[in-house]
Amino acid sequence: MGSDECESGGHKAEELTAQETALYDRQIRVWGVDAQRRLSKSHIMVSGITGATAEFCKNIVLAGIGSLTLMDQQLVTEEALQANFLIPLDGTDYGEKSLAELCCNSLRDFNPMVQVSFVSGNLLQFDGEFFDKFDAVIVGHSSSTTKKIINEKCRNRPKPVAFYTVDCRDSFGEIFVDLQNYTYSKKTKDGSTTKCCMTYPSIEDAIAVPWKELPKRVTKLYFAMRVIEKFEHSNGRKYGETGVSDLSDILNLRKELCASQALNESHIPVKLLERVLAAGGKEHPPVCSIIGGTLGQEVIKAMSGKGDPIKNYYYFDSYDGKGVIEDISIPIAT
Amino acid sequence: MDSDIRRMAIKDAKVLMVGAGGIGCELLKTLALSGFQDIHIIDMDTIEVSNLNRQFLFRKSHMGLSKAKVARDAVLKFRPHINITSYHANVKDAEFNVEFFKQFNVVLNGLDNLDARRHVNRLCLASNVPLVESGTTGFLGQVTVHIKGKTECYECQTKPTPKTYPVCTITSTPSKFVHCIVWAKELLFAKLFGDKNQANDLNVHSKDGDSTNHKEDVFERSSEENFDEYCCRIYDHVFGYNIEVALTNEETWRRRKKPTPIFIRDVLPKIKTKKNGILFENGSVSALPSVGLKNPQEIWSIAENTNVFLEALKLFFEQRKKEIGNLTFDKDDQLAVEFVTAAANIRASSFGIPLHSLFEAKGIAGNIVHAVATTNAIIAGLIVIEAIKVLQDVNNNYRMTYCVEHPIRKMLLMPVEPFEPNKSCYVCSETPLLLEINTRSTKLKDFVEKIVKNKLGMTSPLIMIGSTLIYEVGDDLEEDIAANYTRNLEKVLFELPAPVTHGTILNVEDLLQELSCNINIKHREEFDEEKEPDGMVLSGWTSQVDKDRTTSSSTEPQIKDNNVIISKSEEVFRNKRKLSEISKSDEAATGKEIDLNDDDDDDLVLLDEDPGHSNKMRKLR
Ligand SMILES: [Zn+2]
Repeated sequence: MGSDECESGGHKAEELTAQETALYDRQIRVWGVDAQRRLSKSHIMVSGITGATAEFCKNIVLAGIGSLTLMDQQLVTEEALQANFLIPLDGTDYGEKSLAELCCNSLRDFNPMVQVSFVSGNLLQFDGEFFDKFDAVIVGHSSSTTKKIINEKCRNRPKPVAFYTVDCRDSFGEIFVDLQNYTYSKKTKDGSTTKCCMTYPSIEDAIAVPWKELPKRVTKLYFAMRVIEKFEHSNGRKYGETGVSDLSDILNLRKELCASQALNESHIPVKLLERVLAAGGKEHPPVCSIIGGTLGQEVIKAMSGKGDPIKNYYYFDSYDGKGVIEDISIPIAT
Repeated sequence: MDSDIRRMAIKDAKVLMVGAGGIGCELLKTLALSGFQDIHIIDMDTIEVSNLNRQFLFRKSHMGLSKAKVARDAVLKFRPHINITSYHANVKDAEFNVEFFKQFNVVLNGLDNLDARRHVNRLCLASNVPLVESGTTGFLGQVTVHIKGKTECYECQTKPTPKTYPVCTITSTPSKFVHCIVWAKELLFAKLFGDKNQANDLNVHSKDGDSTNHKEDVFERSSEENFDEYCCRIYDHVFGYNIEVALTNEETWRRRKKPTPIFIRDVLPKIKTKKNGILFENGSVSALPSVGLKNPQEIWSIAENTNVFLEALKLFFEQRKKEIGNLTFDKDDQLAVEFVTAAANIRASSFGIPLHSLFEAKGIAGNIVHAVATTNAIIAGLIVIEAIKVLQDVNNNYRMTYCVEHPIRKMLLMPVEPFEPNKSCYVCSETPLLLEINTRSTKLKDFVEKIVKNKLGMTSPLIMIGSTLIYEVGDDLEEDIAANYTRNLEKVLFELPAPVTHGTILNVEDLLQELSCNINIKHREEFDEEKEPDGMVLSGWTSQVDKDRTTSSSTEPQIKDNNVIISKSEEVFRNKRKLSEISKSDEAATGKEIDLNDDDDDDLVLLDEDPGHSNKMRKLR
């Protein structure tokens, strides 16, 4: 939706159209015209439609990105509907329509200036070139293996593709961010602009950081999530396929992991693991709203080049109400 | 299981939402998804195009329709089996009384103005219903929980009431762009297009008062004058002649930079006759195309501003003749925004104040609050989390949460334990107030306007002195009684049927809000016109406001819509004030913010720096 009418002499090319200015008035007051223009040229792909990614999609479509591509082969199930407001419940037969297709229709409605489409298939079947079409890829509701593979594909492209994962398990949520080598400009207190560079690890490298090398006071949720992830992986479970009955197995795994990582088991309290197990893949809508809002803001930052991005994990837990950033990367030796 | 207990609490709850705007749309969606079955929603607004970037339940085709109603219908599409009751009405209407509020388990606010928030706070206190309050500005936001007797009420910490500008700052000595905007909007625009009977300080009076014989109808167009001549004459009068007259008051300029009078002949040596304005698609008129301007982000030169001014003025008279005489400034009125931008810029130029773009001027003139969808979504999620705690009656687990743009101690969402009720709060405890006022020169109507309505936020007040009723608002008053009240309004305080003098105790009550408070009167002769422009000072509970104001200079002032009043957008103010406290404490970590326990990351202590509370430590769990 570039404007083609404003190339008048001397003035900066590509002003926003009157329509865009009217629609985006309130947010342009927050992040400025240039950021809005860059945003409108970004192409984003979301795989795995959950309550949290539905929230995310709504946010970035409203904000006015260039295009959004959805991927999710699942058919509508009660679980899929639970935290998703994109699928109307008006008694229509969804037939063989996939989640992606159904959500696509609602999202188009939110902002006619954004191209929303869906792709059939499974994320893993696409080769690296497929990802060149996108500036950012967001993966929800996926196994740790899938996340690693897709993250690698995004890292090995000529033009970097930002990579995010998002998981909401009932009372809490986790976001992972990989912007590879990310440069952005930032206004300093005295009004001048400086360049900031950030280096992100891949999800594989982040997870591989030995626990005893992590900064002190990393949220317990980080450890709990790694234990559950490992549990799902080694027991051949799908994402979120857990229950309280898995507790004794999980506690064994905790013992094993903590021993190998030299971490005191009290850093992963039983109560917390119980909570995560009980959640399974269920989502709590207010948490989806918060995590989807935060992820939306992060992607808007990265696509518009404005604002300090999160590096590289974010947690929200409704039990203590904190929204915390954790930097899980091996510090660069200086 | 936790989630089952939660589900039960949600299922049986009846909730009231006030506001179906940015936060409201997100909130209604999240409530419905979370399993709430009985939701009532009040909003008096209709849908506008600038809502659509974040109020995702609305479409272009809904423009002009009730927000509450459209939001309800949109949510029922994905949750058809729940009950949502919508009210296209003002929450301050009498139908929403204490009885109405009592039917709810919790009230959730997604409001955008101080008045309505205070009103709902009072009704929640009177009906003993918990309130979850919220606000956002850009990336900042906050959620607070107010439970009578347990946590502070919304008004325990003072809120800035709209600040009045000294009239002379606006009429003769502007020093900031906002002063020029106020002048353009409240004086010039009102004079030219508004109610002719309203008093207006636009004309500058020279010291010897020669303006008394000055033609009062300088703003009237004479029959032999064509529009172009008229517009030029107005221009020269307000930007040239008036400044020249002002310059004759030498005393004013002894310590100030003198303004430069601006006449058309200096700016536009040759005036071209221009085409008529172009009618926009949506029926609004704009002066910009015919003067060759387009980009609202650009700062116009003085000549461009002059062209816009002349063209907009002419268009008002040519194309919107019928509305002249009862127009008030509206930020959604394109031509009005163009006119005010141009006029404010020309005046700014005269006084050596930097010029601004139409986009910026519109933001200042319309008191536009910055808003993005993501912050609203996050805040709505937090509201629901707190609401569920309230319903589950989880004692002492409530949090007020700040959403920040830059992480503080790694946090983007910071929960803080709620404050206890402020014992000197006149709203939730019965603390009397002190009013310093000149009882020999102040009329009752000034007291009602400036104190009872503006400061105390009452909508239907009743004023008693001892057992004598001196004033009351109501639709069902007897004619003679109403006439008596009207007469009282015009009386000076000490001449009232029960005279108000030094030491008198006034009782002011709002029947709808079920709020009553006593005001001790202290007679005082003199007031500082600059610092105390109201000519009266209310203290006790409000004493902290002025202190806050002077210390938080970083917040940009914003203009309130109705009068020549200006206030920091109260949301910005509230957010920034509290946030500044937090970030202050973050910067000076030593002594101000202390980690109690190094190996437990769940504990953190913040020092409460709120002046209304004694320095006490608050601990988070
Ligand atoms: Zn109070």
